[in-house]
Amino acid sequence: MKILVCMKQVPQKDAPLKLNESSAWIREDVSYEVNEPDAYALEEALRQKEKHSGEVVVITAGPARSRQVLREALAKGADRAIHLEDPGFVGLDAVNTARAFAAAIKDEKFDLIFTGLQSDDYGYAQTGVILAELLGWPHATIIMQIEKSDSGIRVKRELEAGYFQFVDMPLPAVLTIQSGINKLRYATLIGIKQAKNKPQRKVPLAEVQPALGSNMQKIERLYIPQKTKNTEFLEGSPGEVAKKLAEKLRNEVRVL
Amino acid sequence: MAIKFRGVDFLEFDALISDEERLVRDTTRKFIEDNLIPIIEECNRAGRFPRELVKPMADLGFFGASLKGYGCAGMSNVEYGLMTQELERGDSGVRSFVSVQSALVMYPIYAFGSEQQKQQWLPAMQKGEKLGCFGLTEPDFGSNPSGMRTRARRAGKEYVLNGEKMWITSGSIADVAVIWAKNEEEDDKIRGFLVETNRPGFRAEDIHGKWSLRASVTSSLSLQDVHIPESNLLPDSDGLKSPLMCLNQARYGIAWGVVGAAMACYDCALQYSLFRKQFRDQPIASHQLVQEKLAWMITEITKAQLLVLQVGRLKDKEKAGHQHISMAKRNNVWMALECARLSRDILGANGVADEYPIFRHMANLESVKTYEGTHDIHTLIIGQSVTGIDAI
Ligand SMILES: Cc1cc2nc3c(=O)[nH]c(=O)nc-3n(C[C@H](O)[C@H](O)[C@H](O)COP(=O)(O)OP(=O)(O)OC[C@H]3O[C@@H](n4cnc5c(N)ncnc54)[C@H](O)[C@@H]3O)c2cc1C
Ligand SMILES: Cc1cc2nc3c(=O)[nH]c(=O)nc-3n(C[C@H](O)[C@H](O)[C@H](O)COP(=O)(O)OP(=O)(O)OC[C@H]3O[C@@H](n4cnc5c(N)ncnc54)[C@H](O)[C@@H]3O)c2cc1C
Repeated sequence: MKILVCMKQVPQKDAPLKLNESSAWIREDVSYEVNEPDAYALEEALRQKEKHSGEVVVITAGPARSRQVLREALAKGADRAIHLEDPGFVGLDAVNTARAFAAAIKDEKFDLIFTGLQSDDYGYAQTGVILAELLGWPHATIIMQIEKSDSGIRVKRELEAGYFQFVDMPLPAVLTIQSGINKLRYATLIGIKQAKNKPQRKVPLAEVQPALGSNMQKIERLYIPQKTKNTEFLEGSPGEVAKKLAEKLRNEVRVL
Repeated sequence: MAIKFRGVDFLEFDALISDEERLVRDTTRKFIEDNLIPIIEECNRAGRFPRELVKPMADLGFFGASLKGYGCAGMSNVEYGLMTQELERGDSGVRSFVSVQSALVMYPIYAFGSEQQKQQWLPAMQKGEKLGCFGLTEPDFGSNPSGMRTRARRAGKEYVLNGEKMWITSGSIADVAVIWAKNEEEDDKIRGFLVETNRPGFRAEDIHGKWSLRASVTSSLSLQDVHIPESNLLPDSDGLKSPLMCLNQARYGIAWGVVGAAMACYDCALQYSLFRKQFRDQPIASHQLVQEKLAWMITEITKAQLLVLQVGRLKDKEKAGHQHISMAKRNNVWMALECARLSRDILGANGVADEYPIFRHMANLESVKTYEGTHDIHTLIIGQSVTGIDAI
C-alpha cells in the first residue's frame, strides 16, 4: 500500500501565545510541534505499511521551519517527504491547502491519503474532505481503525455518544484520522541519523500557484477571552434551589 | 501539585543547534517525560533501579549512541550531549547507568578491544541484552587510581585477577566488568580486562545507605583468583591513560547531563514562585530576593549551555582537550548543585518533599560532584593546564 500522510506544524499546545500586529493571527516566536491527530495518522500509516508493505510518504505545506515535521516523520520511518515550502502557505484556507496538495501530487499514485481529523490551530476539519472531493475519491472521517478487505478497506468511524459505524470502501480513498487510536512510537536515534539521507522534494509556491484561488475563509480578528466572574446565591428550599439551578444551567449557561 | 517541565532557553540556544540535534533532544525529552518521570520518585524512595526501562532505552538507541557500527547510532558529540542532558533532567542515576554502559564499558571495548571482543559485546550491549560496569576505584584509591592494588598474574593461557573495587555503578547487575588492574608480566602496567561476572571468584555486593543516586545500583566488587582467558585482555589498553580516556568520554556526558538537572530544578522553582503567594497576597516571584535567585540560575544555566556546546563542537572536530572537558565538568556540576540548592530554598518546606524533584536532584548531584574526578581534582587539572605545574 502506498500511503500519503498530510502533516501540519502547529504551535505547541501549552506554548504561551501572543497576538501579532494585525490581531488576525499569532506571533511567529512560539515553539511548534506536529499537529496531534497527524502524528496518529502517521503512526497508522507506518503500521499499515508494516502489515501490508508499501511506502509511506509525508507532505506538509508551510515555511522553512515546518521541515521539522517532515524530519520527525522520516526519523520515525516514513520513506520520503514532500515540502510545499513558502511562508505564503501559512494563511491558506482549507480549500486552497487541499488544492495545493492535489497539485503537488498530481504525478503520484497513492492507495490511501491520511490526514489528521483536524488541526489544533485552525480546527477546520476540512482539508482532508476537500482533498478527496478534488481528487474525486471517496472519503471517511474520524477513523478509529482500518482493516484491509477483499474489495478495499473496512474502517471504523467514531460517531457521537459512544456509537461507531463500520464502512466498507474501495481504494483509493482519503481518511481523516482520530487522535489516540494507536500508540505513538518514538523516533529512534538511528532513525534520526537515517532521515537525513531520505528523499525530500521541495515544491515552491510558484509550482502550485496556478491551482490556487483566493481564500474563501478569512480570519477577521483574534482575541484573548476576557475572564469574568459572577457569583449568585440561590435561596429557598433544597427543592426550589435545585429547580432554579437546573433552569439556569439550561437557559443561561446552556450546559444541559 | 505536579509541575510539568517546559524546557529552558533564555538566549536562543536552539538557534545554535541543528534540526537533527533538536530532534534528538526532543525525542529523549519526550521519552523521559512519558516513561521515567511517572516512576522516578518511587524508584528513588525505594532505592530501585528502573530495570524495566533498559529495553525501551536500548530500542531508542541510547546505549553506545556515539559509537559507529555494531548497531550503534553514530551520534555526534553534541547530539550525544543533548541526549544525556534530557536523561539527567529525569534523574542523574539513570543518566549514570547510560553513561557507564556507553562511555565506560562500550567505549573501551570499542577503542581498546579486539574485533572478536567488539563482535561479542557491542551489539548485545547496544540492545541492552548485556549490561556492563567499570571497575577503577578501590577502597583505598579514588582520586589516585595509579596506586591501585588489583593485580593480574599470568597462568598459562589465562590471567588470574585479585583485588577489590569500590563504588562501582551497575556492579551487581552487570554481565561484564571492565576491570583495571596492574599486569605483573608487564612490570605492573595498568591494563583493562573483560571479566564476565559469572566467573568463579567474582562477587558483587551492593552498597546500601546511599543518600544519592538511589535509582542507580552501586556495588563493591571482590575478585579472588578469578581466571579469565588471555583473550579477555583489552589488547590496545595501555597504562593509566586508557581508563582516563574513558573518563573523558563520560565526563563530557556529565557536563551536559547536569545542565538538564539544573534546568529541572530551575524550571520547577520558577513555576512554583509564580503561583506561591506570601505577603500582601503576592507571588513570591515578586520579591527581590527570589528574583535574585532566579536571575542567578538562568544566567549560570545559560553560560553552562554555551560552555558545553563549545566543548562539544570542539570534540566533534577532535579538538577538545581533557582540560576543556575538565572545565565543563567542574563548572557545570557546581552550577547545577547551586541551582538545586537555590531552587530548594525557593520552594520553602515543599523543597524538602519528594513531591517535587529538586531535593532528589540536589542529593544526586553530590555524587556527580565527586565521581569522574572530584571538583577539586578538576580544579588542579585546569591549574596544571594553565601553569604547566602539576599540583595534584
Ligand atoms: C554513586 C557513585 C558511583 C560511582 N561509580 C563508579 C564507577 O562506576 N566506577 C568507578 O571506578 N568509580 C566509581 N565511583 C567512584 C568515584 O570515581 C570516586 O569516589 C572518586 O574518584 C573520588 O574518590 P574517593 O571517593 O576515594 O575520594 P578521595 O580520593 O579520597 O577524595 C576525598 C577528597 O579529597 C580530595 N583530594 C584527593 N586528592 C587531592 C589532591 N591531590 N589535592 C586536593 N584534593 C584532593 C578530593 O577532591 C575529595 O574532596 C563512584 C562514586 C559514587 C559516589
Ligand atoms: C521539616 C520541617 C518541619 C517544620 N516544622 C514546623 C513546626 O513544627 N511548626 C510550624 O509552624 N512550622 C513548621 N515548619 C514550617 C516552616 O517554618 C516553614 O516551612 C517556613 O516558615 C517557610 O515557609 P514556607 O515553607 O511556606 O515557604 P514560603 O514562605 O513559601 O517561602 C518560599 C520562599 O520564598 C521566600 N520568601 C517568602 N517571602 C519573601 C519575601 N517577602 N521576600 C523575599 N523572599 C521571600 C522564602 O525565603 C523562601 O525562599 C516546618 C518545616 C519543615 C521543612
